[in-house]
Amino acid sequence: MTAPASSLTIDLAARFPGAVSADVRPGYGGFIVPAEKLIEVATAIRDEFGYDLLSAVTGVDYIADNKMEVVYHAFKTTGGPAFVFKVQVPRENPVLPSVVNIWRGAEFQEREAWDLLGIKFEGHPDLRRILMWEGFEGHPLRKDWKEPFFEEEVKPFKSRWPDGKHTFAEVKNPFRDNLQFPADFDPEKVTFTDPEEALYKSLKKYHSETRDGIETDHILVNMGPQHPSTHGVFRAVVMLDGETVVSLKPVMGYLHRNHDKIGERNTFLQNMPYTDRLDYFCSMTNNFGYALAVEKLMNIQVPERADYIRVIMSELTRIQNHLIFLGMFLNDLGAMYTPALYAFEERELILDIFEEVAGARMMCNYFRFGGVARDMGEDALRKARELVFDRLPGKVDEMDRLLTENEVLVSRVKGIGYLSAEDAIRTSMTGPMLRASGVPYDIRRADPYSIYDRFDFNVACRPEGDLLARYMVRIDEMRESLKILGQALKQIPAGPIFPGKPQYQVKVPAGESYGRVESPKGELAYYVVSNGKPNPYRYHVRPSSFVNLTSLEQMCIGEKIADFVAILGGIDIVLGELDR
Amino acid sequence: MENNELNLPGYEIPEDVKNVVAVTTLDRLLNPVYNWGRRSSVWPLMFGLACCAIEMIAAQASRYDLARFGMEVMRPTPRQADLMIVSGTVTKKMVPAIVRLYNQMPEPKYVMAMGACASSGGPFKEGYNVVAGIDKFLPVDVYVPGCPPTPQALMNGLIMLQKKIDKEKISQVRWYRKGHDSVEIPVPILGPDLIDPRRIPDIKAAAAQPVTTPAQAGG
Ligand code: SF4
Repeated sequence: MTAPASSLTIDLAARFPGAVSADVRPGYGGFIVPAEKLIEVATAIRDEFGYDLLSAVTGVDYIADNKMEVVYHAFKTTGGPAFVFKVQVPRENPVLPSVVNIWRGAEFQEREAWDLLGIKFEGHPDLRRILMWEGFEGHPLRKDWKEPFFEEEVKPFKSRWPDGKHTFAEVKNPFRDNLQFPADFDPEKVTFTDPEEALYKSLKKYHSETRDGIETDHILVNMGPQHPSTHGVFRAVVMLDGETVVSLKPVMGYLHRNHDKIGERNTFLQNMPYTDRLDYFCSMTNNFGYALAVEKLMNIQVPERADYIRVIMSELTRIQNHLIFLGMFLNDLGAMYTPALYAFEERELILDIFEEVAGARMMCNYFRFGGVARDMGEDALRKARELVFDRLPGKVDEMDRLLTENEVLVSRVKGIGYLSAEDAIRTSMTGPMLRASGVPYDIRRADPYSIYDRFDFNVACRPEGDLLARYMVRIDEMRESLKILGQALKQIPAGPIFPGKPQYQVKVPAGESYGRVESPKGELAYYVVSNGKPNPYRYHVRPSSFVNLTSLEQMCIGEKIADFVAILGGIDIVLGELDR
Repeated sequence: MENNELNLPGYEIPEDVKNVVAVTTLDRLLNPVYNWGRRSSVWPLMFGLACCAIEMIAAQASRYDLARFGMEVMRPTPRQADLMIVSGTVTKKMVPAIVRLYNQMPEPKYVMAMGACASSGGPFKEGYNVVAGIDKFLPVDVYVPGCPPTPQALMNGLIMLQKKIDKEKISQVRWYRKGHDSVEIPVPILGPDLIDPRRIPDIKAAAAQPVTTPAQAGG
């Protein structure tokens, strides 16, 4: 494990002499590209060097240098480490070209950078706010933007520690609430920009025509944010022609809980429990990604046993996530609740193991930088063995048998929501979504982390690219996870689970790092920048659910509205991670 | 319902029919029967906000089985629901929708704040898009602590709600009294920040003060 997040095997500076330079700041890696050359360089990175999958686009506000930096992480779908390149723009007028035409997967992430940091992407087809609403004041992730309950730059706040005389945040705020308004703001005089207006405008125009002497027109349907099929507070605006989807826009941000901003005030370790709450089905894998990112910066080795425990926890997480996926997916198709009950039965047993090792069912907060919080006791191991060797294989088969051959299911999902391999890569799909389009890209294999290179398993992959394939990939994956678990539970060695003494405050050297894991929903990554202080300077989560929605519109166009529900269910989104 | 609160004192009932026979007045009968019917069929709104919602689903599912309380009938439409379990973080962007849902629920209606977030903002209280507790907008009947509350805790909260319902008197409940129709909560507006229409004078006054916010430079 080395500190820079990228490899320098390709010399971009030599390919573009005089324009591109290597990033030589200590602890940093990759290349710095001038804004005006970005499109040319990015095209070369994709076409000449083969980095076809753009994983993350995010901004960092380097306020001391008066610069905004946009960081890109690109990968090859054939495997290998990241290729990192950056563009620096002045803080007052941060404008750079959009790369949406090269990698469509940048669409939402560029919108997010505009929303939270105020960076403008020229040529972006639809640059609106994405997490906050249109009309919100300010760009919250800028370092000089302070939230209404602002107390101090970084934690631990003096009011809580060491003496702990905390007063309610409401008392200190002039509005007595989590609010701030511009000076002399008068709600009665201001006319507000309707946050919805820009949204409706962004939908494709509908041209009415005359069919059989009847004038046609469109129907606009708002699904969500409160809708039983949207898996939480997700919303989609759908334009229909009869029952057929003509245009669709996802609307996010209803669960935007400001992970990035809070994370930059927290100390490194304080962020660990927050990661639990991203994808709340999979707290273990969330922990994993963040631990990897910080461990890369700290350059520490994880003891064998801890690595095994990590893998065991991650794979158990994957199984319970996919079980719930099956249950909820069938729910979306109309098999109300019965399959979900089967799934929850098994999930409870897995959660029992989590509770035993970590102390909590869902919010495990179990990983530490360098290891895990507690050892996995004999009893927990026994339970895991019983599940993995005796119970779960049969249960997965049972689910498969009960559901897969069901004619209603097959006719609802076969050939629906097609996404070709090229489109899946172009829109930065990851996880089961990508693999169901025939691209065998699994980070556990493509860019192995932890000890995944030791296990014998297949990358579940289906070439059809439809909903049925997405469903089958999950079933295959559960079987592969069971394979990994079987090996891990047999091989797990005795030994320490943490190097040295656990510390409350870790020392993290300056630099950047990108830690990514194959979470059950796709690639979950953390981009962490440290400046040597006890708190991360930048803490960014690259969520899989969020980016995986990029292709939602494309998959739905031409399908029926009822299929939209199934297609959305097939992506397996979770709002905590989507909106952060 | 307890038999002894139902029985009129002074009437001797033979031991062998004590369980099935009661001598009572309409007055005494009405409230227990009314409350018993209602407390045993509280239909929650199918409405999940965040992580807590998953524990709410778990409480409904195989192991915990909320059906034992007559509460398994989740209604996706507010118009058929009695109870809104606010299960998760309430964000500023979402709160207009929540208030609208509450307004659409018919009386009698109850609100439960499930988890730290819904009760007070929880771990995300300091976030700029987070409402520090749903009770800033809706009247809450039961608070359930936890992050997330376990299904057992949620059930305990529901039992508390049942106890609350047991204490209601048909002659006093607000939804049968003249002039006490369901109160509409004004829907918040998304402006530069969240605006509660009930608090417009406060906001105006505070914004007119010289230094209004901790720091709103730049951005
Ligand atoms: S209280 Fe905890 S578990 Fe519940 S929504 Fe809030 S963060 Fe999630």
